[in-house]
Amino acid sequence: MHKIEGSQATARQAAELLRSVISQQRVPYTNQAGALIDAVRAVGEQLIAANPVELAVGNIVRRVLHIIREENLSLATAAIAGLNLSAASDGDDDDDGERDEHTVLSAAAVAAAARSTLRPPSLQTLLEDMPESATIPHTTSSGGDSEGKSKSADKSSRTRRLKHDIIEAVNELIQDITTCHEQIAEQAIEHIHQNEVILTLGSSKTVLEFLYAAKEKRRSFRVFVAEGAPRYQGHLLAKELVARGLQTTLITDSAVFAIISRVNMVIVGAHAVMANGGVIAPVGLNMVALAAQKHAVPFVVLAGSHKLCPLYPHNPEVLLNELRSPSELLDFGEFSDCLDFGSGTGSPLLHVVNPAFDYVPPKLVSLFITDTGGHNPSYMYRLIADYYSADDLVVRGRIASGKLSSDRFCLLYSR
Amino acid sequence: MQRNGSVLSELFSASQLYHCNKTSPNLLSSLSDNRIRSAHFNNETLIFPPPPSLSNIMDPRRAPRTVSDPKVRKVGFFTDPPDRSLPGPPDHPISSFPTSPPSTVDNSPPSAGNSLSPVMIPPPRHSSSILSRLRRDPAEFFPLPASPTASTSTSFSDDVAWTMKGRGVAAASSSLPGGLLFDIAAIKSAASSVPASGLTTVSAVNNLPIEKGGGVAVEMQDDQSSRSKSLKEKTTKAERRALQEAQRAAKATAKAEDGKTPAAASGAAASVKSGKSLKPPPSQKNDSAALAALEKKAGDRPPEKDRKKEFPQPRMQFDDKSRVEKAKRRAVVKQTEARNRVELFRHLPQYERGTQRTELQSKFFELDPVHPAVYKVGLQYLYGDICGSNARCIAMLQAFQEAIKDYSTPSEKTLARDLTAKIGSYLSFLIECRPLSISMGNAIRFLKNRIAKLPLTLSELEAKATLRSDIDRFINEKIILADKVIVKHAVTKISDGDVLLTYGSPSAVEMVLLHAHELGKQFRVVVVDSRPKLEGQLLLHRLVGKGINCTYTHVNAISYIMHEVTRVFLGASSVLSNGTVYSKVGTACVAMVAHAFRVPVLVCCEAYKFHERVQLDSLCSNELGDPDVISKIHGREDINFLDGSTNSENLQLLNLIYDATPSDYISMIITDYGMVPPTSVPVIVRDYRREHLWI
Repeated sequence: MHKIEGSQATARQAAELLRSVISQQRVPYTNQAGALIDAVRAVGEQLIAANPVELAVGNIVRRVLHIIREENLSLATAAIAGLNLSAASDGDDDDDGERDEHTVLSAAAVAAAARSTLRPPSLQTLLEDMPESATIPHTTSSGGDSEGKSKSADKSSRTRRLKHDIIEAVNELIQDITTCHEQIAEQAIEHIHQNEVILTLGSSKTVLEFLYAAKEKRRSFRVFVAEGAPRYQGHLLAKELVARGLQTTLITDSAVFAIISRVNMVIVGAHAVMANGGVIAPVGLNMVALAAQKHAVPFVVLAGSHKLCPLYPHNPEVLLNELRSPSELLDFGEFSDCLDFGSGTGSPLLHVVNPAFDYVPPKLVSLFITDTGGHNPSYMYRLIADYYSADDLVVRGRIASGKLSSDRFCLLYSR
Repeated sequence: MQRNGSVLSELFSASQLYHCNKTSPNLLSSLSDNRIRSAHFNNETLIFPPPPSLSNIMDPRRAPRTVSDPKVRKVGFFTDPPDRSLPGPPDHPISSFPTSPPSTVDNSPPSAGNSLSPVMIPPPRHSSSILSRLRRDPAEFFPLPASPTASTSTSFSDDVAWTMKGRGVAAASSSLPGGLLFDIAAIKSAASSVPASGLTTVSAVNNLPIEKGGGVAVEMQDDQSSRSKSLKEKTTKAERRALQEAQRAAKATAKAEDGKTPAAASGAAASVKSGKSLKPPPSQKNDSAALAALEKKAGDRPPEKDRKKEFPQPRMQFDDKSRVEKAKRRAVVKQTEARNRVELFRHLPQYERGTQRTELQSKFFELDPVHPAVYKVGLQYLYGDICGSNARCIAMLQAFQEAIKDYSTPSEKTLARDLTAKIGSYLSFLIECRPLSISMGNAIRFLKNRIAKLPLTLSELEAKATLRSDIDRFINEKIILADKVIVKHAVTKISDGDVLLTYGSPSAVEMVLLHAHELGKQFRVVVVDSRPKLEGQLLLHRLVGKGINCTYTHVNAISYIMHEVTRVFLGASSVLSNGTVYSKVGTACVAMVAHAFRVPVLVCCEAYKFHERVQLDSLCSNELGDPDVISKIHGREDINFLDGSTNSENLQLLNLIYDATPSDYISMIITDYGMVPPTSVPVIVRDYRREHLWI
């Protein structure tokens, strides 16, 4: 897992893995969805445990679980609707595109009504699904089990259809992940004007595509790239930008404060976006965000939807961080004499701290640009609720360990 | 001609009426309040805004005098004359004529140290002096929005030049009656036709000799009075009245600026001199008094000059093409400018390091004016062997000490001047190696001041010995002792269990940490470091070597580590008088994050590094380091993304050396004068400068 760099690649691979899990899973006749959920969850636990800091994996697992639930629910409602209004189900079968849209809509609506905790019913839900609402509690009341529904419809065709639909939806998800750059980059032209001076730190493919999209549209602007020690990804970004013909200036991270007074906008990528609008970002960005706030420079975070994490962070600087090797900072050869100074006394005198991430609190972020458009930090919780179902928030729910319970506690607490 | 004269008079009378309206309320009120007076003078300049077209006409001439000394200007506006009982016109200007009572009472306040009472000055001088003024410097009829005194002090030489010209005209037409002279002047002034602003400027220049070098001025004016008397018959009544008024207003202006303006005083003394040289005074009874006054002025002059010099000149701006060209011609070493410069920093010098080094090394034998010790220090700066403002300053002073030791005055030259010039040339060499830090600038100011103040009676050997001991004293008192005091203060802020954070490798902070450790305090140090110099590693080595518990991290991780920190200790290259801390780049980031986490930020800085300059951002004045170290990362060969593209047009590498930390992030500045808030810096700057000047 550690070999795969970047949340996009990880997310895509996780989704592909889960897709194969689903397709290989032999589904029983009863409770197919439950079996699938169990299977995905089991694999998801392993994936998450492999790299708990890479939140994208957890996000994808949750997304897939959510997809399974929604598809199952939509089939069930379609079946029920078919019983009630056969004409509607016929129409569904005729046109694929229309059907997809319809099922997604109604599935979401039904799920919302079933949960009835996270989301208040929207006007649309109320209008569309009012006649069915009486049947819903009956179908989904048993906590994710769908035995009642499965019995009521044609079993063999539904089994295939469920799996097929789920795999279709997962494919769509993978598609979304791979194209999120383009969708974000499309919005670049609305945010970058002529002669703008933009600061960024480290490297992010999303940022690169975003800037390049604006350049493609013949906007001329200037980019300051902070190198992002100790990984120096900024050098990579600078090289790419220069190769694409953008005016680029590479600065050290320490010069950020000096330069930011002449910068119009800070555009950065994120590692993960938390439900409260906080950002887990490459190390150093909290400093940049503070400097931007001091000089009233907009701080814009680009994030694909696979980076939206439904968790609320608690002490993210420590719990959601990763300490990398000190060798990135210090040459062990040069400091070999220092490193064992304290060996006699028990604790070494020299510690080297090399965190990989920073937590940027929501109040420092001006705007999120996701593949669905621009959003305020305060809106992120709502955006996230569209993608995940409340039952899946704690993927590792069945393992009872001290660490996890604290994790769950913070979740409950923050709710 | 006649018509021109009347035009002038009309202009004058109009302005006078206007002036009268504006000033009389001020007269009536008790004029003890400073602010009223300054407001009044502001009014004066505001009443008559120069016509824009005229200022265009004047531009070629005006150019040299746009320089105005801020200090002088300030004094000019804020001074309080001993008592200014009645300048300005009376209620009925027509009734007050050449010999009006005000003109005598006018001078009753004794000007400082003038043995001659101004009351004795014969009345005719008013008209005559204004005439002489008109004749002497039509050039003064410029729209000068700034205070008149400023113009006198800065444009003095120009003034003299004009006087000469005027004198030439006068000589040519000496056979003619004075009226012609006047007309010439009138034409000139009518041509410039800015009588209003002319009023103030003229007046200031005009009255200074009267105020300060009373006797001499009188002589000079008396000399003219005979001529002007004949002239007086020819001028119309209105004209005379206008002149009178003009002069009176002028006197009021000059008076208000009198006394407190040392620069003006020196200017006055100078103009007295010029007056003398131009017009050999006829034998007068107050001749001796005048001479005495002159001598006095001459005695006062050096310090005044120094004080003026003390003002920081505007720094060289490297986007100013002509000046850069000039500097290049003067330069000892040919330097190639870096190709790909950052647009925002065009005003700062940036050279190609590689060529600089080889050039400098090969030039050693050709550069005979540079003393070897200075040369060595210069190279050390260039290679970065000496860094840190204290170390650089000490190295420079010691090199100068060596140079002074080996110095011998060439024949026909004075030590003070020649040595100053010599040190100037050394300095320009050092600047070519690396721009001076502010602390070094302050040390140079000290040294030059000491050289200038050497008593003339000293022999060369003695003078050199004095200078060398002065330098030693500076190093000991201002740097070494100051550091000891700072350590003593700062240690009181460290308590057991503290986690102290420091950035880079500030020498003062290192001493503080070591001393606290010696005292047996239990604390932990977080050393934050940044590229490209990684000075923190050296500090880390030394601290760990002493057995201090250390944590090392880089500047990006500052938000991570700040949670556990209880105090931040920073060093500074300079503290500017608005409280801004000018220091190694990244200091501002550290201070900002500390401020956000509510951790106190303490800056350790010796008071000799304080500077009266102010700065709001890190861009206007800074230093650019070698850009190539940005692209190559020492010890990380795996990162070579930029290897191929450094030559690209689109890529610029920026290596800033300093940044400016706003004062709101600083909790306390620890100096040798104690622990002060950043708002107290200007006070220390002012007091410290005085002390350091008058050692």
